[in-house]
Amino acid sequence: MIGILEERKLQVFENGKDSYGIECGKSSAAGSVSQRACVFCGSRVVLYPIADALHLIHGPIGCAAYTWDIRGSMSSGPELHRMSFSTDLQEREVVYGGEKKLYAALTELIAEYRPKAAFVYSTCIVGLIGDDVESVCRRVERETGIRVLPVHSEGFKGTKKDGYKAACDAVFKLMGTDDETPVSPFSINILGEFNLAGETWIIKDYYRRMGIEVVSCITGDGRVDEIARAHRAKLNVVQCSGSMTSLAKTMKDEYGIPFIRVSYFGIEDMTKALYDVAARFDDELITRNTIDLVSDEVGRLLPRLEKYRANLIGKKAAIYVGGSFKSFSLVKALRHLGMETVVVGSQTGSAEDYEYLKEITKEGTIICDDTNPLELSSFILNKGADLLIGGVKERPIAYKMGIAFCDHNHERKEALAGYEGMINFAREVHDSVTSPVWKFSPARIRARISPDQGGAI
Amino acid sequence: MLLRHTPETLVERSALTVNPAKTCQPVGAMYAALGIHKCMPHSHGSQGCCAYHRSALTRHYKDPIMATTSSFTEGASVFGGQANILEAFANIFNLYDPDIVAVHTTCLSETIGDDLPQIINKAITENKIPPGKTVIAASTPSFKGSHITGYSNMVSAMIKYFARNTGKKNGCVNLIPTFIEPSDMAEIKHIAESMGAKYIMFPDTSDVVNGPMDGKFRMYPKGGATKEEIASSGDSILTIGLGRTGTLEPAKLLDTHCKVPAEIIDLPIGITATDEFVDLIRKTAGVSVPEEILLERGQLVDVLCDMNQYTYGKKASLVGDPDILVGLVRLCREAGMEILHVVSGTKAGPKFERKIKELAGEKTIVKTGAQADMFYFHQLVKNDKPDLILGNTYCKYIARDMDIPLVRTGFPIYDRVGHSYFPIVGYRGGLRLLEKILDALMDRIDRDASEEKVELVM
Repeated sequence: MIGILEERKLQVFENGKDSYGIECGKSSAAGSVSQRACVFCGSRVVLYPIADALHLIHGPIGCAAYTWDIRGSMSSGPELHRMSFSTDLQEREVVYGGEKKLYAALTELIAEYRPKAAFVYSTCIVGLIGDDVESVCRRVERETGIRVLPVHSEGFKGTKKDGYKAACDAVFKLMGTDDETPVSPFSINILGEFNLAGETWIIKDYYRRMGIEVVSCITGDGRVDEIARAHRAKLNVVQCSGSMTSLAKTMKDEYGIPFIRVSYFGIEDMTKALYDVAARFDDELITRNTIDLVSDEVGRLLPRLEKYRANLIGKKAAIYVGGSFKSFSLVKALRHLGMETVVVGSQTGSAEDYEYLKEITKEGTIICDDTNPLELSSFILNKGADLLIGGVKERPIAYKMGIAFCDHNHERKEALAGYEGMINFAREVHDSVTSPVWKFSPARIRARISPDQGGAI
Repeated sequence: MLLRHTPETLVERSALTVNPAKTCQPVGAMYAALGIHKCMPHSHGSQGCCAYHRSALTRHYKDPIMATTSSFTEGASVFGGQANILEAFANIFNLYDPDIVAVHTTCLSETIGDDLPQIINKAITENKIPPGKTVIAASTPSFKGSHITGYSNMVSAMIKYFARNTGKKNGCVNLIPTFIEPSDMAEIKHIAESMGAKYIMFPDTSDVVNGPMDGKFRMYPKGGATKEEIASSGDSILTIGLGRTGTLEPAKLLDTHCKVPAEIIDLPIGITATDEFVDLIRKTAGVSVPEEILLERGQLVDVLCDMNQYTYGKKASLVGDPDILVGLVRLCREAGMEILHVVSGTKAGPKFERKIKELAGEKTIVKTGAQADMFYFHQLVKNDKPDLILGNTYCKYIARDMDIPLVRTGFPIYDRVGHSYFPIVGYRGGLRLLEKILDALMDRIDRDASEEKVELVM
């Protein structure tokens, strides 16, 4: 085992061996190669898919450049969200303030694009120089008649999670303005589903087949007008709980809308999600539709999984993802493929999330919060994982070590949600794990010769 | 289609950048720092900056990119980041054991006014930096310049902290490349080596960000210029800066600091620019041009000549970093192409503009700096449609919208491979560029040809 920083010791836990509660929700230790991002990043990724809104980043150019069209959230209509707008603050504005420039940028943009609403993201520097972003937004809103919402996402103000909260606060302000458009008594909002690789479309289709109206999806394939009437839906269905629980709670307090937590990933969790939603409406037709849908989909899915499963039984997986909730589903989905999870960690898990992970994983599994590449690669090596599931910065680490990889971050190219997603997931894991390329991996060659002298097998 | 939002009419914008054709200083500094052997780049600011820069470089190079962060919180941004970075030094040396930590600032730490040289001195006097280890620092505020400025500033820091004039010349030529691919750095070394010149090159990211898959994850791959090499650059006979925007400042610094004279030449892309580079090495190092290099040159000229009819008169629009743009314009002109537009988000000054106009003619539209972004570039292309676009990955939207072939050059390239393994500089790089340009143009001819005009031999 490699050294783990003293202040990180309690953030790493070996199931069955250690007995302390895992520490989490701390900022990364200074000097660590943290995989985590900032408040701005959190806000940006959550609001990004609202496709008919303008997203203006108030700050130096970098923050806009790095978040230009990186999320892969698809839109079935407008694509204004994929443009990168920035005030590109210069030294002059850092000294004398950037409010004038912000005002000019906003009015120019609104005149050009007539968006449904505008979000203005504050970056680190704006928090420091103290621009009154609120008042600029109010003024532009008054002058143009278009909602202009400040997002308080100064990077240093906490972790990515605080950015989610800032995004939720901004979205909430859009709600409650449309009381006209009819809304069905069997209606829901989908919260925390971002339409990566078209996943929202798969999920929406299930609800349609159940006879349930989706009033809004926040924020996948999102529209301002839909969010404006979201307050009249009968139930909130929260998938990405890390980002959307705060919004669900606010909507419960303000509009009395109950919420449930679901996951659309893997067979059990997808099925449970649909049944849980159906149960809330207690309607005979909806219940029958749901049973039909599930038996139809699962019936078609299981035989298709078999050929992948046959080659994957007994293989081991390591998981390191942003939100802990999706790691639960991943552990279960891997089990369907005959695979065991030997390492599992997240950037933003809570204490109870990690308790749950302890329950669903086997003895010896490493559970970690906010890990770094050196730790991660040593866990992988020690536990002999064949596969790493992670995001952009993890991919080359897995490949350099000569093990398979599956992208479960917001850059994924395959829809992994729903029953169709499960097939895609199985295929992706299978194709990577059984790829002929690994026979060229020195680690595997070494491991074949001498299984106990290292090597990632 | 994403970019259908771009109107044809050019509107003067006063305060807005749309779809930037540059990014911020720290990512350039991080990349330069990776070109020092066993060096850990350190980002002095919020976690997000470090995460974004690592992501950007990871996507571009498809290799693990290591860097640490001071993890600023609200407290640090009020009371200063000194406590954070002192803690960071302890953790970095304790856990990751680099020889060198190269710190760069962010807009946040710049604005609160953290004095890095002072903090580093404090760390030294308080024994926070283990013996034999070094910390260097560059000031790289994101609200000034671009990633090229950041790269240049970090290279200057290498000189400031390491280069020494011992009074005894080492007979070497210093080669300082601008922000280019590891493959390009390797090609520059290949030319100097086959000429038998004694040289010191830094930074050198070859074998760092394009490492082999060998079953191991390494914090510090084998490449990178060593501290001793950079130290010795103060005793060299001449510094050759390859690419003005990225190397003028460091080359000047080496001159004032260690009395090593400097010559700044264009990045050796194309025949003439490579000739200039080879000739300068020949004269400075007192070596002759070997057969191998002559052969490479001859082959490039051969293909240029064979294929002239397909490139001659073709119109190209270019966007990217200034130093690479100058090189690309030179190669395109050698291939008989016309240059319609040259755009860079990095402010490159009047010398750059003059140079482009000298090479490409007065009619070429050149714009750099504020509002020289992809949106503007797209408008230009809409108004005067070229046959070919040369630029980074983001150009794919414009190329698709306009149905114009695209050759990916510069930074970032997120959607193709090859750039980190095959050069565009030198004669061999010219051959690859020419191949890519011809592929793009000739694929288009094949695609667009009517049934009776499709030809086997081209």
